[in-house]
Amino acid sequence: MITTIVVGSLLVLGTALMALAGIGVYRMPDLFTRMHASTKGASLGVAVLLLAAVLSFQDLSVGTKAALTTAFIFLTAPVAAHMLGRAAYAKNVPLWEKSIMDEGRGKIAPLPEDKTDQPS
Amino acid sequence: MDTASLMTVFCWIASGFLALGMCAAFIRLLLGPSLPDRVVALDLLAAMAIGALVIVAVQTSQPILLDVALAIAIITFLGTVALAMSLERGVFK
Repeated sequence: MITTIVVGSLLVLGTALMALAGIGVYRMPDLFTRMHASTKGASLGVAVLLLAAVLSFQDLSVGTKAALTTAFIFLTAPVAAHMLGRAAYAKNVPLWEKSIMDEGRGKIAPLPEDKTDQPS
Repeated sequence: MDTASLMTVFCWIASGFLALGMCAAFIRLLLGPSLPDRVVALDLLAAMAIGALVIVAVQTSQPILLDVALAIAIITFLGTVALAMSLERGVFK
């Protein structure tokens, strides 16, 4: 009974984190804030859901697979987000108009008067 | 309320949250003004597919579905990295 309540609460918590990530991706104003919402919320939500699966099955093979999946997601989600964000920034995907700092302009991304690379 | 029906209630609530997030991410996939927006939405949808698989695995006591979740995680990472690299090299104009 206690196990069921703990597993169910972890399931609801993990899916609530993923729903927050989805709402953030829908509501945020530009690409980089959307990635900020999506990457952290999705990886933490998957980790909490796999913890619920481990507590539900209580089996060594399930625990190993869940630990492997969690480690893989926590290692690869930042790498994928960094590559995608760097490529998008270098291709001049527009920032939010209320952004107050743009430090990579001229280093990674072209300067504003260089209009040769438009975002696709 | 016995244990099985309590678990069913928890799984329905979790599926509702997941459906809400999937709808929001899918709207961003349809709207997304640029290609990287759509890639971010697809990445999030794949993570939610992993979450849905874990919920089904817990509900039906089928631990084999966690292997599918691991495979989806690997394929999604490869797809996102491939799209980012081809975007940086200017394949999509």
